[in-house]
Amino acid sequence: MVDQSIASLAKKLRAKEISSVELTQDYLARIKQLDGQLNSFITVTDEVALAQAEAADKLIAAGSTSALAGIPVAHKDLFCTDGILTTCASKMLHNFVPPYESTVTGRMLASGAVTLGKTNMDEFAMGSSNENSHFGAVKNPWDLEKVPGGSSGGSAAAVAAGLCVAATGTDTGGSIRQPASFCGISGLKPTYGRVSRFGMIAYASSLDQAGPMARSAEDCAHILQSIAGFDANDSTCSEVATEDYTANLDAPLEGLTIGLPKEYFGDGLNNGVATVIQDAVKEFEKLGAKVKEISLPNLNLSIPSYYVIAPSEASSNLSRFDGVRYGYRCEEPKDLMDMYKRSRGEGFGKEVQKRIMVGTYALSEGYYDAYYLKAQRIRRLIKEDFVRAFNEVDVIMGPVAPTTAFGIGAKTDDPIAMYLEDIYTLSINLAGIPAMSIPAGFAEGMPVGLQIMGNYFAEAKLLNVAHKFQQATDWHTKNPSLAEGA
Amino acid sequence: MNWEVVIGLEIHAQLSTQSKLFSGAATSFGAEPNTNTTLVDLGMPGALPVFNKEALRMAVMFGQAVNAEIGMTSVFARKNYFYPDLPKGYQTSQMDHPIVGKGHLDITLDDGTVKRVGITRAHLEEDAGKSLHEDFQGMTGIDLNRSSTPLLEIVSEPDMRSAKEAVAYVKMIHSIVTYLGICDGNMAEGSMRCDINISLRPKGQEEFGTRTEIKNVNSFRFIERAIYTEIERQADILEDGGKITQETRLYDPDKDETRSMRSKEDANDYRYFPCPDLLPVELTQEYVDEIAANLPELPVQKAERFMSEYKLSEYDAGVLSATRAMADYFEEVAKVAGNAKLAANWVMGELSKYLNTEGKEITESAVTAEQLGGLLVRIEDNTINGKTAKNVLQSMWEGEGSADEIIEAKGLKQVTDTGAIESMIQGVLDANAAQVEQFRASDEDKQKKMIGFFMGQVMKASQGKANPGMVTPILNKLLKG
Repeated sequence: MVDQSIASLAKKLRAKEISSVELTQDYLARIKQLDGQLNSFITVTDEVALAQAEAADKLIAAGSTSALAGIPVAHKDLFCTDGILTTCASKMLHNFVPPYESTVTGRMLASGAVTLGKTNMDEFAMGSSNENSHFGAVKNPWDLEKVPGGSSGGSAAAVAAGLCVAATGTDTGGSIRQPASFCGISGLKPTYGRVSRFGMIAYASSLDQAGPMARSAEDCAHILQSIAGFDANDSTCSEVATEDYTANLDAPLEGLTIGLPKEYFGDGLNNGVATVIQDAVKEFEKLGAKVKEISLPNLNLSIPSYYVIAPSEASSNLSRFDGVRYGYRCEEPKDLMDMYKRSRGEGFGKEVQKRIMVGTYALSEGYYDAYYLKAQRIRRLIKEDFVRAFNEVDVIMGPVAPTTAFGIGAKTDDPIAMYLEDIYTLSINLAGIPAMSIPAGFAEGMPVGLQIMGNYFAEAKLLNVAHKFQQATDWHTKNPSLAEGA
Repeated sequence: MNWEVVIGLEIHAQLSTQSKLFSGAATSFGAEPNTNTTLVDLGMPGALPVFNKEALRMAVMFGQAVNAEIGMTSVFARKNYFYPDLPKGYQTSQMDHPIVGKGHLDITLDDGTVKRVGITRAHLEEDAGKSLHEDFQGMTGIDLNRSSTPLLEIVSEPDMRSAKEAVAYVKMIHSIVTYLGICDGNMAEGSMRCDINISLRPKGQEEFGTRTEIKNVNSFRFIERAIYTEIERQADILEDGGKITQETRLYDPDKDETRSMRSKEDANDYRYFPCPDLLPVELTQEYVDEIAANLPELPVQKAERFMSEYKLSEYDAGVLSATRAMADYFEEVAKVAGNAKLAANWVMGELSKYLNTEGKEITESAVTAEQLGGLLVRIEDNTINGKTAKNVLQSMWEGEGSADEIIEAKGLKQVTDTGAIESMIQGVLDANAAQVEQFRASDEDKQKKMIGFFMGQVMKASQGKANPGMVTPILNKLLKG
């Protein structure tokens, strides 16, 4: 069952080989059996899921053609879900039950998907290892001593372990792609503005983007089809028309030009990871693609630029968590200032507090020009690098992260090393282009993801390139022994 | 020392849009606490702002009305600070790229001179909610109905040199925004609030003195009094050799004094930065031109038209065009009465007496424009005379109905029948035979003086109903025998 794709399950549901209720029960049972080891869910919504599954069975019986109808999925716990606890993995929102549904989860519900629960994450999506959660670290299903990546680590681990068919994630600096790479699944960060941010609890508004995390590019395409497109509730959501994301998955890759940025293969890249990526590129050459070396000269500036812009926006976005209207409020506040200080001091974790302070500093009078404005200028340079590159090539490929999943606790005392994890992913968010991570092999027994970057709104092309690779290889079908054994 | 006062004003005008600046919630005043709110106004996690295009149109209208540069690209910025009734922890405003840039307007001073006041800028921003400190026993209640209500903050240059100039400027802004229909101008409900920046400098000195800012003054009268009080306070300090502290102050109308609220040292660093949830607002020239072409008549233009169309004096035209409500009232009276000069006299004279006595605005008048016009019609067609009309107006003010109803009910109709008037006059002459004798024996000059006596007697006998225009020739004829 672990291996089943959305397409094959959709077929079985329509052939009445299985009902959505049965499928949902199976997945709920797997969560009960395995998640004690993984900690990938914060909330499991048994009753809601079974009710939704029942409704989906009726929908299918009535002839629904939606690929997602009756498919059990999980949502990262920063999508507001009406009547369902939404914590952002923070003590600050440990009791927050939204009165409304986010656009992403709402659209998936409308497509008939079944919500199994809400997945663990780095608090407020700040982290690369899923160790910054009020609800405890998530374990990598391939090695329980290792991190699943972050911040969408719960979604990645749950998909990899077969605790859900697919999941949603969000990506501000790599938070879909890096955990997808570490857990051996497929994940897509769409173009900024392709998917509505309405109902997504904001980390850094100009960088945040929701996307699918699943077992294959094809499954990602089905989910993207459901969630993409204009939403009047989000002013930054694009009006560019969506495409049929599954229609051209099989288009041949003859003549495709792949750009390999030399900056992605320099110092710091683990040899095992480098080998996997080089082998994957060879596979594409076999499929008829041509390879060209390119340069993205400002890549090294993406870390300082990101770590000014993202915390600046976060420092403002997270101001609403003040203990006044919802969420955590400290006990017995003496006065207003005491309530603010203690509610926020006790409610936010260390990493969140650190980024709020960095952002507050960067926006302060006298520092704004030197930090925020300069970071915005660098952001434009990074964007121009990509625009120039896509004049020459169709897609860009490289590693997602310099290493495979590292040990739990290995980098928690070394924030610089932790931030360097994001070197290959941050610039994509700064530029706003789409990118995927797909399983491309293993290094020392741990999965390695290949990153495929595309031009603005070229999601269909990315999915096509990824799907052709998955037709030619079987890396994406590999399962951790923990999942196989269950 | 001879001090010169320097005043600059920041006026917050609440735009009269149906819904809020960034949400679809209603902006109506007086609703139950926290009912005019959406996810956005409550600062819910994940909620996002959507810009109200109606507020944009109104801001551009204002810009056109004060001859200002329009920001073809304007940018919303976040002003970050913590306050319990500020649900997001920031106010969405505009900083570096406001929707309205440099402009100006002209004010007329008491001595009739015209002064030009510079507008520095006007920008769109959202209002905060309200903290309620009563009724919660040591706690604070929060009402977010006002949260995200659209405001236009209009910033003037420090061009005003007296309290009178400042009030004239605020009145002109009030007049412009109400003429444009972009603000209801209701200062008591907080639809227009004023921050006053004041400093003193020795007359002749170029450099400005240290200023204080008086926050949130919400009536013309308080603005004037707050300025006088603050001038006095600053002058006292300076003349004692002291220094003015740059600070924010509050005006207390009950004690007629200003009090320190916070000094510059405690001022927040608002950490402004462009709001990443909203795109820059890009305007086309076509959009701006279309608004300019459809701008309603403004106070100055209206006054000019009143002079040319109705032949009113400059003074009358100025008074009657001061507010849109006054102008509309006057024009309606003039239309119904068919005599603009008469309408102007009655609106500015008799009606204003009633309004002033009861402290009412023209919009609260107990007599409608149509009713007053109807009264004037009856003066014009000689049904009643001016004196009777004043009595009718009083009855109207007391709600006794239309002019015709009151005239009918009280039998005030003028007597216009020649025969009836003649016999009535004859009766008066018979009753005053001695005076008639005296009249007939007098020379022409004396007679002219005496005619008033007979006139008075006739009017008295007719209970004011005799038409004086008809009485005079008949009286003259009968007196001369």
